[in-house]
This record gives sequence, C-alpha cells and structure tokens, in this order.
Amino acid sequence: MYIYDDFDRTLVDERVREFRDQVNRRLSGELTEEEFKPLRLMNGVYLQLHAYMLRIAIPYGTLSSDQMRTLAHVARRYDRNYGHFTTRQNIQFNWIKLEELPDAMADLAQAGLHGMQTSGNCVRNVTTDQWAGVAPGEIEDPRIWAELLRQHLTLHPEFSFLPRKFKIALTASAHDRAAVKIHDIGLHMHRNGAGETGFEVMVGGGLGRTPFLGKTIKPFLPKRDLLSYVEAIIRTYNQYGRRDNIYKARIKILVHELGAEKFAREVEEEWQSIKDGALALDPAVVADIAARFRYPDYEALEDDPPELAKARADSRFRVWLDNSVANHKLPGYAIVTLSLKPEGGPPGDATARQMDSIADLAERYSFGEIRVGHEQNLALPHVAQRDLPALWRALDEIGVATPNVNLISDIIACPGLDYCSLANARSIPVAQEIARRFKDLDLARNLGRLHINISGCINACGHHHIGHIGILGIEKNGEEYYQVTIGGRADENAELGKILGPAVPYGEIADVVEDIAAAYLELRERPGELFIDTVARVGVDPFKERVYATR
Amino acid sequence: MRLVKAGRIIEDRFVRVLDEAPVPEGVAVVLPATRLLADARDLVLRQAPTGVIWPNDRKIAELAPYLDWIALVALVFPTFRDGRAYSQARLLRERYQFRGELRATGQVLRDQLLFLQRAGFDAFEVLKDADAAAFAEAVHRYSVFYQPTGDGRASTLTARRDLGASLVLRGRREYAV
Amino acid sequence: MTSPLQQKLKVTGPVVVTANRLGDGAVVYRSADGSWTKDLAAAAVVTTTPAAIELLTAALDDKLKAVDAYVAPVELMPQRVLPGNLRERIRFNGPTIAWPGDH
Repeated sequence: MYIYDDFDRTLVDERVREFRDQVNRRLSGELTEEEFKPLRLMNGVYLQLHAYMLRIAIPYGTLSSDQMRTLAHVARRYDRNYGHFTTRQNIQFNWIKLEELPDAMADLAQAGLHGMQTSGNCVRNVTTDQWAGVAPGEIEDPRIWAELLRQHLTLHPEFSFLPRKFKIALTASAHDRAAVKIHDIGLHMHRNGAGETGFEVMVGGGLGRTPFLGKTIKPFLPKRDLLSYVEAIIRTYNQYGRRDNIYKARIKILVHELGAEKFAREVEEEWQSIKDGALALDPAVVADIAARFRYPDYEALEDDPPELAKARADSRFRVWLDNSVANHKLPGYAIVTLSLKPEGGPPGDATARQMDSIADLAERYSFGEIRVGHEQNLALPHVAQRDLPALWRALDEIGVATPNVNLISDIIACPGLDYCSLANARSIPVAQEIARRFKDLDLARNLGRLHINISGCINACGHHHIGHIGILGIEKNGEEYYQVTIGGRADENAELGKILGPAVPYGEIADVVEDIAAAYLELRERPGELFIDTVARVGVDPFKERVYATR
Repeated sequence: MRLVKAGRIIEDRFVRVLDEAPVPEGVAVVLPATRLLADARDLVLRQAPTGVIWPNDRKIAELAPYLDWIALVALVFPTFRDGRAYSQARLLRERYQFRGELRATGQVLRDQLLFLQRAGFDAFEVLKDADAAAFAEAVHRYSVFYQPTGDGRASTLTARRDLGASLVLRGRREYAV
Repeated sequence: MTSPLQQKLKVTGPVVVTANRLGDGAVVYRSADGSWTKDLAAAAVVTTTPAAIELLTAALDDKLKAVDAYVAPVELMPQRVLPGNLRERIRFNGPTIAWPGDH
C-alpha cells in the first residue's frame, strides 16, 4: 500500500486548515449555505435526514491497520460507534456534527485519511478491485496507476467544478471485479500483440436515471499517456458537458448525444496538443510513486500446510474456508473475505470494536493491510494458509465470518430512506428481511452465487442496475414500492438488468425474491448453472410468469 | 465587487462599452465578443488597450487571431459552480500563450481564488469585499500542488524528481516500468 | 419519498416547518416564537397555504441556525402531534433499524 511522503501529508494538513476556515465562516454566517454546500461536498460532507454524513476516501480500497484504528476512533469520538462501507470503497459516518468536523478531519489527517472529493462535481475516489496486487493472473498492480490518477486529479484547478460528479475505475485482471464498464472512465489494463501493457479506455458508463455501459474510445493507450489522455477526456467534458439539467449532466449523456466516435475525435484532437507535454509520464515519476508502495515480505510457503489440512475436520471451518477464502497469486497464501452481512445486521456496517479487532488481526495475519470491496465486505489480502484456522476463530468471534460471501444473503444495499434525504424508500430493512428468508446456509449454497443489489432511489448508489437481482425503491401514493430487475452483471460481460414486472409494495418484496429463487431452482439446467446464466439462457419471461402468476 | 490584481485592490482602468455604443478614443475599453469580432479591423488600430469579455460557451480558438494585440480577456463564471472558464483560461495561457490580463468575472468567491490563479487568471473581480481583502491568504493556502499548470508553480511531478527519489528494491519485488 | 425541497407548496392538512440545525444537523421544527426546537409538540402548526408560506419564508430567512427548511405534514392527535408521513417519522424517530452490534 501507498505510504505518504511529506508532500502528501502537507497537502492533507493544508486541506484540513482550509476546511476549518470554511466551517467557521459558515457558522458565523459569512458564507451562505448556497456558497458553503459545494465546498463541504468537496470534503465529503452531506446533510442527510437526521444529521450530517461524512464520507471518507479509502483510495482504491486499501487501508492500513493504523488507518482502520483511526476510523474506529472517529466512530467512537465523533459518531455513534459504527461506520458503513460503501459500493465505491469508501466509508461513511452518519452522525457527525458540523462543528466537530474540522477536529475529526484533523484526527483523520494524522493517518493520511481525508474526505477530499468524495462528493461534489469533481473526480471521486478512483477505485479498483479489492484483490489488486494479490489476484492470480493479474497483469500488474493497478493501484500504482490509481494513485497516479488520484494525485493528478486531487484539487485539480481546472476540474473542480465539472458539470457533475466523475468516477474512474481500473482493473488489471481479465475478470473485472472493479465494474469498469459502469464508470465515467473505465480503464482495463491488458497486453497488446507486442506484449506491451497498456489501457483499454472506456467512457460514458454510469447508472442512475439513464444507465449506460462505457464505450471504448481507445483500445490501447500506452502507460506513458495515461495522465494526458485522461486530462483530454475531462477537459472535453468540462467544456461541453451539459449544465442546463442535472439529470443530463454526466459524461455518459455527452457521449451518447455526440456519439462515441465523435466524442473520441474531440478527445483525440485535444490530446494531440498535450500528449508530449508536462503530463507525459516519465518512468522516473512512475518509479517514484511505485517506490512508496510497500509490499509484504512474503515467505516461501507451500499450499495446503498441515495446520490447514487438520482444521478441515471441523465442518464449520470447512464451510467458511470454501466460501470466504480465495486463491492468492502466491503458493501458501490466501485472500480472506470478511462478511459484513451478518444475519440481522445492516449490510456493510462495522462497529468501532469490530474495526479495532480487524485492525489487530490484519497486523497479525495480513501484514497490516485491509481491503474494502464494492460489495461492502472487507478482505485481508495476505494471509498465510497456515494461519487460516486461527484467523477464522478470531473472525468468527467478532461476527465477520458468516460464510455467505457472494450468496443471496450477501446483499449490497445503499443506506436508503433510513438515512438518506434523496431516498424514496428504505433499503436496509428490505435487505435484512430477504437475508432472513435465506439464512439457511444450505439453501443459500444451493442457490449459489447470486448478487442482490438494492437502491432506495434512482440515483442507484446500491448499483441495482447491475445486480443479478436488482431492487429499486420508488414511491407510489406515499407508500414504499419496489421495482425488480434481473439479469444485471458488473464484470467484463456487463449487462443492465431487465425489468421483471410491476413494482410491488414493501410487504411483498421479500416474497418476490423467494419466488425468483424458486423459479431459478425450477428452471436451471443443472445445479452448477448459476442464476445469472439461467437468466441469460431462458430470458426474463419464464421468471416473470412464475413470479407474477398470483400477483 | 473589488478588482484585485497583483495581490492588491485596484481601480479598473478598462471601461465597459455596451454593444452599440461608440468606442471612446484614448481609453482602455472592454467589449463584448460579438463587437470585437465584428470590428476587429478597426479596433486593432486603436492606440489605447482593447479588451474582450468572452462567454464561457464559445471556443477560445475563435479568439486566437486577436490575442497578439488584445490587452485583456475577461472570462465569465455565471455561477461559481460553472467551471468552464477554467479550461478556457488554461487554453489561453498554455496553448495560445496569451500574455495580457486574464480576468475572472461573475460569481468569483474566495475559495476559488487559488484555483483561478493556478488556471492562469491574474485579475479577479471579487464579488465580496471581505474576500478581496483576504486574497493573499486565499492564494497561499497550499504549498503542495500535484499537477502542473501554466502558473509556474512546481508540482510534485517535478519536485519529487528534483529531490533525487530513486527506485527502491523491496524484498523479491522489483518494480519496472 | 420525493424530497420535499422539490415540491410545490399546496397545504391540505396540518403542517409544520422543519429543517436541520446548522451546527449538528439535528432535526428541528419552527416554533411560533421564531426559534427552532427538537420537540415536535412545541412546533408551530398551520393549516393553510398562505400561513405555511409565511412560516417557511421566515424560516428560510433565518439561515444561520437551520438549513434546508421545508413544509412537512403532521398528524394531529388529542394531546399529541405526530409526524405525518414515513419520511417525517424516520426523521423524528431515527432509522427504523437496529444499530449494528445490537442484533
């Protein structure tokens, strides 16, 4: 993970000082709310139903144990002892007071944490997949490029007042766990015919009111050109993105209205003027950033050590092992997912106590590093296989070892109407009820990998468009209703889900999900056929018939 | 509203001329874009400085032929949230090498002053008196800049290299570009 | 529920003006004496559109103490004033779910 140098630390400290001044000017009335709002948003400060919410950036989803402890401290000192991990690898605190925010930010800055650009019409957290740097088959660690982009786009003087928010994601694996196709810029690292590594550049992906998948405008961009090409894209967007209608202001609308080819030409024309200038990446500059990425001093270990073989006799351990532990690129190591979807708990939340325990366990078993995933779970990326039994016991004790990762009860949900002022309907209790219906792990395992995504409004923070089952909360006559889609997926074969049928009221949504699951069991060709593949094979209609037969 | 240039509040020597009004002799004037484009051939002969207010939705390339004699380009922020003129400013300074006065007008507030200066503006019609008085504080808030612009400030891209950072080898892992 | 900040004002029942307190974001209600209170029972209740507009205008002018004021429905019971829809119930009572760690 990236270690700050003096430049990085100074910038964050200066930001804290600036924000303290802005808060003081707001509290004294010198700044109106209209003037203050964009400024606080650029520090990740929202006003929600009950209180202010602070969204803290976790760049490309990587946290150190110290940083996790600092988050626990903030939860305890300034909030209500818990935090919520988001679909963009950030963390949110729901109860922070504006008056205390400057102090909270100062505390965060000590650990190199901040809320810069986690909201506002600027470039947001650059995300990647939570297995970056340790996934088998990955070409190289995409986080170095994510860090180069993060720095370049932080407090960028030209791009701090864009038409709308801007989200970038990267992946360096053939299998895309970072959902690059639903981002404003998606970058897929790959090798060309000559064996060189570069980026496929996609633009105009995004969910919300008008979902789009990204279009490739440059099949192969050399690494040297990453910053200048991204600069050209965002400059084009800054100048020509719509500013007359906030629902048409994302780059996806510009790309759609111009057409991908014309948009690509505009970018190319701008890029030709700057590609050999100051933003051309010098190998020394890249090496300098890379040098501050610390990697573990891995031991030379063997797969399936005796401790592990012996522990398999315990069936509960075996179930967890099969579900929550993934292969590491190195023999003798493993990637462990920590489920933040315990039965009855709000998805993606962790208490301060859990955060502290996880920090300690990461130090002991994962070289002090933790990852945050889009599916609102955590991961320990560098665990020696021989430590898995001891780690499991500890994780189980703090409630983050529910073996439901990627199963139907591993639900991704936005905070919804319980917290968010934009929401039309609640999402957390819907997630909890659905999880309750499927708490039987045999049933959940029988259903296999099945992603449910729930959004409480059309802003789609729960990413419902790309859920295998997507649930969107709407309002009808003052009541909460839910529209269901099926067949969405977020990987390299990204698809938007298709509407199943008319929206159903709050009291029926969990029933609908049960009916969809039952339909799948009936329709699948064989137990090994995943839900998403059954939907692809038979289409939506057979599901629709069964689910709406009695509705 | 106060005009700030070179860190000081100054009187504006440029007189705004409305669309159809005659252009006074011997006086610095600033004209709407349409007027400049229509009368460029006459305006270039003026002895006194000529400036233009350029809307934020017109391409800077259209202004390019006149930049070697225009004394002032005023760009517009209809609201401070509309950031188009930042791109226009950078293009003027960095692409077209404009050396005259580049002025930010419209809703210009304290917390944008440093961004504006980094983008190439050297004159600011600051909306609030208190913000104008705080100009020096506002543009000295940061000492670290991640990205180079045309403003001459060192960015970390070069500053780190100048520190002599070198490739570090860690364990068995060596990073090669 | 569609954000009330985007609604056109049309009062058909008892309403209050509500906002979030500037310093800490707490839910507050406008009272008759022009102050802000967390106690819904102490809020000024009006029943006509002109009265609501007057109350809202006064609240919006007082930008130092509270933010994003709007008109919200209430239900009048004998001896009690209750929030008038789900969104207002959630704002008044807090999230409808248990805290993490309580389950």
